Amino acid sequence: MFTPTIGVLALQGDVREHLVALAAADALARPVRRPEELAEVDGLVIPGGESTTMSKLAVAFGMLEPLRERVRAGMPVYGTCAGMIMLADKLLDGREDQETLGGIDMIVRRNAFGRQNESFEASIDVTGIEGGPVEGVFIRAPWVESTGAATEVLATYDGHTVAVRQGNVLATSFHPELTGDHRVHALFVEMVRAAQ
Amino acid sequence: MCIRDRVPADIRKDGGVARMSDPDMIEGIINAVSIPVMAKSRIGHFVEAQVLQSLGVDYIDESEVLTPADEVNHSDKWAFTTPFVCGATNLGEALRRIAEGAAMIRSKGEAGTGNVVEAVRHLRQIKGEIAKLRGCDNNEIYAAAKELRAPFELVKEVAELGKLPVVLFSAGGVATPADAALMRQLGAEGVFVGSGIFKSGDPAKRAAAIVKATTFYDDPKIIADASRNLGEAMVGINCDTLPEAERYANRGW
Repeated sequence: MFTPTIGVLALQGDVREHLVALAAADALARPVRRPEELAEVDGLVIPGGESTTMSKLAVAFGMLEPLRERVRAGMPVYGTCAGMIMLADKLLDGREDQETLGGIDMIVRRNAFGRQNESFEASIDVTGIEGGPVEGVFIRAPWVESTGAATEVLATYDGHTVAVRQGNVLATSFHPELTGDHRVHALFVEMVRAAQ
Repeated sequence: MCIRDRVPADIRKDGGVARMSDPDMIEGIINAVSIPVMAKSRIGHFVEAQVLQSLGVDYIDESEVLTPADEVNHSDKWAFTTPFVCGATNLGEALRRIAEGAAMIRSKGEAGTGNVVEAVRHLRQIKGEIAKLRGCDNNEIYAAAKELRAPFELVKEVAELGKLPVVLFSAGGVATPADAALMRQLGAEGVFVGSGIFKSGDPAKRAAAIVKATTFYDDPKIIADASRNLGEAMVGINCDTLPEAERYANRGW
């Protein structure tokens, strides 16, 4: 079976946890900080972290345009939490100068579930994930306010969309990389394999 | 972003009792930014911590840089929903803080000195003690726990993981991009910088440079570029001339 090389955008955020989860899901996982590293991966995870910081660093380190190009060209990408924000075509409650990569026709509301003190865990049924709900860890999490016609809603919580997919691009408000349950990463590794 | 009314360098200069910041100032900052906000409580001052939680700060630093309120007990951090970061100079201290509920550990260093020597000492100490545990069999973990004055279960977990069960940051004396990269290469997962930025000639430029060096910590060319033309660095204090009573790292038990 083809073993894809999957990068984790390592500008800021919980990079190590994603590298571990991807390796457990049978991918070759490596951190990506430079355009030449991005060029070598078959797919990319954008981790959780702080989205305005990640956006700033992507601009400062010359990664924004190379990332946008790869996403436009159809590279499979999975974003968790801040990563979901990075993949949104439009943002609410972001900074005015906050750049995103886009890739999913959706409007995402940043920090929608509240501050750190409002962080929580919940069981989430995700379309395409078999074997029962996944444990969703929501930390200062965003939600999807609305989606376009091409965007598939994979999961909701409390009436809010928290997981979506459009083509090769996957995003969740929550952090499967923190739970030791690698089924969402396995789904993404499958997406990367299918895209080859 | 971390709030205190004075950076450690000023606390050193001014002397007196250093306490939690004014709630008006903390709320002002919370309302002005959309990134997470951390504020400091005194060691063992669980009411300051309760106040910080009620203000909605995202993290509480139970910090030795403020004047301790209790010279025996730290705050029971399990009683809070707001996550805590605590300082440590060695593995036993780190694990005692984690047992009390700390969600993050930072190696203490010596805050407000601009001298990275203590940060290096403490991080090396913690990493070295973790490495030593890796070779331990189950029989030896009991004695190790006794020696470390830390709960057996946590010592066993560290021996198995080869790392702390929580995130390990480094702080206290980091003043240059190369200092920050040094702490990352020594194994810190992140770096806190306060006085090193605010007591320098061009804080905004130095902050950006330190961030860059922290991300590209293993690329000397990028660190070199980040280090160019930053203006005056913080003057700094030699730690071996610091009187015992002025060593913040000794606070914490």
